[in-house]
Amino acid sequence: MDKLLSIFRPSTGSRELRRQPLFTGMSWLVLLFLYAPIAVLVVFSFNDNRSVVRWTEFSLRWYAAALENDDIRRSAMISIQVALSATVFSTIIATMAALATTRGGVYRGRSAAIALINQPLMIPEIVTAIATLAFFSILRQLTGVTGIGWLILAHTVFCVPFAYMPIRARLSDMSVTYEAAAADLYATPWQTFRHVTLPLLMPGVMAGAMLAFVVSLDDVIITLLVAGPGETTLPIYILGQIRRGVTPEVNAVSTILIGLTVTMVTLTFFLQRKRK
Amino acid sequence: MGAAAHIARPDAATRLRAAQEVRARQRRRTRLFLLAPALGIIGIFGLFPLSIALVYSFLEPGTYGGVEWVFSYDAYVQFLFERDIFDDTLSFNSAYLQIFGRSFGLAITTMIGTLILGFPVAYFIAARPPEQRNFWLFAITLPFWTNLLIRTYSMLLIVRDEGFVNLMLMKLGLISEPLEMLYTDGAVLAGLVYSYLPFMILPIYASLEKFDFSLLEAGHDLYATRTQVFRHIIIPITRPGIVAGCVLVLIPALGAYITPELLGGGKKLMIGNLIALQFGSGRNWPFGAAAALILMAVVLIALLVSLRAGASKEGGHG
Repeated sequence: MDKLLSIFRPSTGSRELRRQPLFTGMSWLVLLFLYAPIAVLVVFSFNDNRSVVRWTEFSLRWYAAALENDDIRRSAMISIQVALSATVFSTIIATMAALATTRGGVYRGRSAAIALINQPLMIPEIVTAIATLAFFSILRQLTGVTGIGWLILAHTVFCVPFAYMPIRARLSDMSVTYEAAAADLYATPWQTFRHVTLPLLMPGVMAGAMLAFVVSLDDVIITLLVAGPGETTLPIYILGQIRRGVTPEVNAVSTILIGLTVTMVTLTFFLQRKRK
Repeated sequence: MGAAAHIARPDAATRLRAAQEVRARQRRRTRLFLLAPALGIIGIFGLFPLSIALVYSFLEPGTYGGVEWVFSYDAYVQFLFERDIFDDTLSFNSAYLQIFGRSFGLAITTMIGTLILGFPVAYFIAARPPEQRNFWLFAITLPFWTNLLIRTYSMLLIVRDEGFVNLMLMKLGLISEPLEMLYTDGAVLAGLVYSYLPFMILPIYASLEKFDFSLLEAGHDLYATRTQVFRHIIIPITRPGIVAGCVLVLIPALGAYITPELLGGGKKLMIGNLIALQFGSGRNWPFGAAAALILMAVVLIALLVSLRAGASKEGGHG
């Protein structure tokens, strides 16, 4: 009713000016542009037909096929192994670094340290990938060590800045008064961290860990170059399948991955909103 | 008693100072301990490998990949010239320059495309009431976290000959035969814009987030037209966001690998594919390393230019 009446009232200048009617339409179109392709992929993963465009009937057969596929199972296990390890390492490292850059006071080299931590974001991934491959090929030869550890190490490096961002944001939003109070009550720095800082920081740590997990799980380029034989992760398997041609099985696996990412990012989003 | 206190006073002061020094040292040690793993792992395994790549670019390629430890600047020569196998003469070869040229063209067009599409969205979100902003921000960020490979694949499903777009157009009777969209520069461009659009929207939104829209009214009261308000208020305010967005789009677009690989079909190589190819079946690691370093240099130049573009704005503001 209010809305209906409002057209009879003279418009308030600022509302009129801030509104750009063209922009509204464009925003909805952009949203459509962002989601339509993914929606098509998801919908046709439930299609009971080999075709990925002609709808026949709802079916879960491609999910069943994907879950029974040994290659998919093996690569999923490797993906999870790498992503979980990289998440644990990078989150611990990022938490420590975030404490040092927010609670350590102002000191020389702090901004340089922050810049170095964010460095993996500033370099095109393909450059990081080949540089890591070159370095690892030397290290592999020198040490004679092979195995999945190298891949986990490479993932840990590029996961650190992603884990670092939400943890640091949470820490700089947190007041230091609780920690100061704990220190006044003769808590040692470790006790203060364990019983005061860490519990308060936990949502940030969880958010950081989930972002690291998602970023590691999604990586293609660095994995493609650094992974040794038999270390095929799920995205690398999917890439190989797409190169050979599109199959509904790939749609099903992709949908599972999308579902996982959406769940994690949604959780992160709400974890971060709660602090406000 | 009084004399003892007299003597004790300077002693207490030194003790306090000593204690403070010990605490400061402890703090420094804790800080170092906390920072060491992050700086160590990124320094050694993130930054240092770039210098290995630099060394590799001056070596000779091994027969089965890898390198021979013999100094050579052939990798850089190869970039512009082709060596004749028989008489060792050099002749100009623009094939690689063309790949670089195409990559720049596509990356810059992507940047402009994301700006044209992204700016209105960023503005629209910032002008929303706060409770609606969160929904929009979430909706824009979510695809960014979704697997790039899968998103590119979904784009491929849409633009294929028997893809969704062609199917729709044919059903509507607009076309009788499918348009050939896949494996064209247009498809690569669409894929790049699709992939990196959130990188443009978010920084522009950030620069508008705290903007007081009543300033527009003030401008209007002073008889500024809509266009003038836009040019003299909105554009200067969003400039740092636009610059940041441009950099965030340009860097990954220049090094794109998956998008040209899937949507360009290997016919439309970009720098990223060229580099990866040298480390794969091309078996020319030094050349791949050289191409990567040239790309890196371009990115650094872009970053420096953007810093200046951002800085000059700050100066003008004050």
